[in-house]
Amino acid sequence: MQDASNVDSQLPTSDTVAKFDRGPETLKSKLMHIVYTAPAVVPLFVLLAAIVIFGLLLGDRFFSPFALTLILQQVAIIGIVASAQSIVILTAGIDLSVGAVMILSSVVMGKFTFDLGLPPAVGVFAGLLCGLICGTISGYLVAYWKLPPFIVTLGMWQIVLAANFLYSGSQVIRSQDIAEQAPLLQFFGSTIKVGGAVFTYGVIFMLLLVTALSYVLSQTSWGRHVYAVGDDPEAAELSGVNVRGTLISVYALAGLICAFAGWALIGRIGSVSPQAGQLANIESITAVVIGGISLFGGRGSVAGTLFGALIVGVFTLGLRLLGADVQWTYLLIGLLIIAAVAVDQRIRKASL
Amino acid sequence: MTQSPILSARGLVKNYGRVTALDNCDFDLMPGEILAVIGDNGAGKSTMIKALSGAIQPDEGEVKLDGQPVKFASPIEARHYGIETVYQTLAMSPALSIADNMFMGRELRKPGFMGNVLRQLDKKEMQRVAREKLSELGLMTIQNINQAVETLSGGQRQGVAVARAAAFGSKVIILDEPTAALGVKESRKVLELIQTVKARGIPIILISHNMPHVFEVADRIHVHRLGRRLCVVRPDECSMSDAVALMTGAKSPDGAEAA
Repeated sequence: MQDASNVDSQLPTSDTVAKFDRGPETLKSKLMHIVYTAPAVVPLFVLLAAIVIFGLLLGDRFFSPFALTLILQQVAIIGIVASAQSIVILTAGIDLSVGAVMILSSVVMGKFTFDLGLPPAVGVFAGLLCGLICGTISGYLVAYWKLPPFIVTLGMWQIVLAANFLYSGSQVIRSQDIAEQAPLLQFFGSTIKVGGAVFTYGVIFMLLLVTALSYVLSQTSWGRHVYAVGDDPEAAELSGVNVRGTLISVYALAGLICAFAGWALIGRIGSVSPQAGQLANIESITAVVIGGISLFGGRGSVAGTLFGALIVGVFTLGLRLLGADVQWTYLLIGLLIIAAVAVDQRIRKASL
Repeated sequence: MTQSPILSARGLVKNYGRVTALDNCDFDLMPGEILAVIGDNGAGKSTMIKALSGAIQPDEGEVKLDGQPVKFASPIEARHYGIETVYQTLAMSPALSIADNMFMGRELRKPGFMGNVLRQLDKKEMQRVAREKLSELGLMTIQNINQAVETLSGGQRQGVAVARAAAFGSKVIILDEPTAALGVKESRKVLELIQTVKARGIPIILISHNMPHVFEVADRIHVHRLGRRLCVVRPDECSMSDAVALMTGAKSPDGAEAA
């Protein structure tokens, strides 16, 4: 070994280490490069293509301000929950408890206001705090006890859901009662109409949330740390990133966002229902995956998640308007999930 | 040796259960020099380096920086004192850009409202500094400061890691096996890089198994054996085979510098 490495001292020293021999830029390599640098363009392209295709098939029934904003209303809750899921998955984690935390938070808002007779604002605050606490507990277990996020949040899911049913006694707080006594709980159900387009406050909140998260993730050091922790936690630690603090803050923020989703859920369905939103965790993971965020962490964007959620919404409404069996929606979504993960694998392979 | 050492250690002891990794170990790094640390596997050289860089805390003994006793609770604390370590694994986030990696954990924020209130990073400034640091070290073959680290070759990654250390390491730079994973040409480039950093007056601790590399760049060679400093030799007064004999125990030190 020593003899072999002796030779290298005679090599010319002016040589460059390596040049970038990209070769002639083909269309395919250009496309690969775009997909690599901005993975969100793939779901955006699928979304636009889906809108165009359904628009051609259905005409004005689909391609109207009313129908398109209806899609936004239908994906608002999942979009908010999926934003929370996104930041967790960016750290190479997963949060299976998002749906349960959302429901428990909404139940706390309702029960504190109606059973304890507190002002609605206090009830809402308590609900938000509830989500924050649930997220912080998960984050603490992941960051300090080094438990796998899948297991921690699987447990939290069961615990929170059971707490929800025990605390609420599976009782629904009726929509009329809320509208009369505590309209603040239905705040996110209020609408702004622009022509035929209808925007609920929940939709606006989702769009603002995605914008804010995109900013924070790309423009602040906390955001860079989230990506670094998801990419390689040991390297991040050695580079001086507070890995534990970053993880706890991510899960805590995700819990808080889920609580906001719970508040928006009351606005969407009108009532406080312990049975609502049971599929939110699976649907949020679906949106994240279709949106091009890598389940291995460190890659993807919240904008992609929004596109992912909208793709699901467009397929759902479009196929329903076409009169197709709802199972076709699930079938297509399943295909999209697998295709999205295949693209992610290609990107990761190209990067190694 | 009239100068006083910039970084020194006396009587370091570290036990892992019943295994003694450091047995009354001494260490001296002089200003502006490249000190190579060689030793057989298990001799305890990485434990010593970890004790100097804050990654572990010795059970006994004292570390002095510029003559002042210091205790590092973590590598981050050692960094605050100007001691930068380039780990064998490089400690970089592959999916993030060169500039992001260089400033990881010590990002620059924009001045004024955007930085103080909205916490916005000053990406332009970070890119400018990163580009400047890379070109100072002659690493201009890296064209795009925003390209992900994983798109770089092994030698380029090493170059970026060394540049990061050189950019922030004001007192000491520790390089752990910088050429172990590299090809012949790339190793050459990294050795040049080490000389460039030295020329800027920053002393370097180089841990390596590669004797030709060690003999080429080192001013002094610290031979580590059985958890302590066996001796310090000069590459021009000692042959490679003697150095190997010393570190494997086939030969005992007899020079004046024996410790």
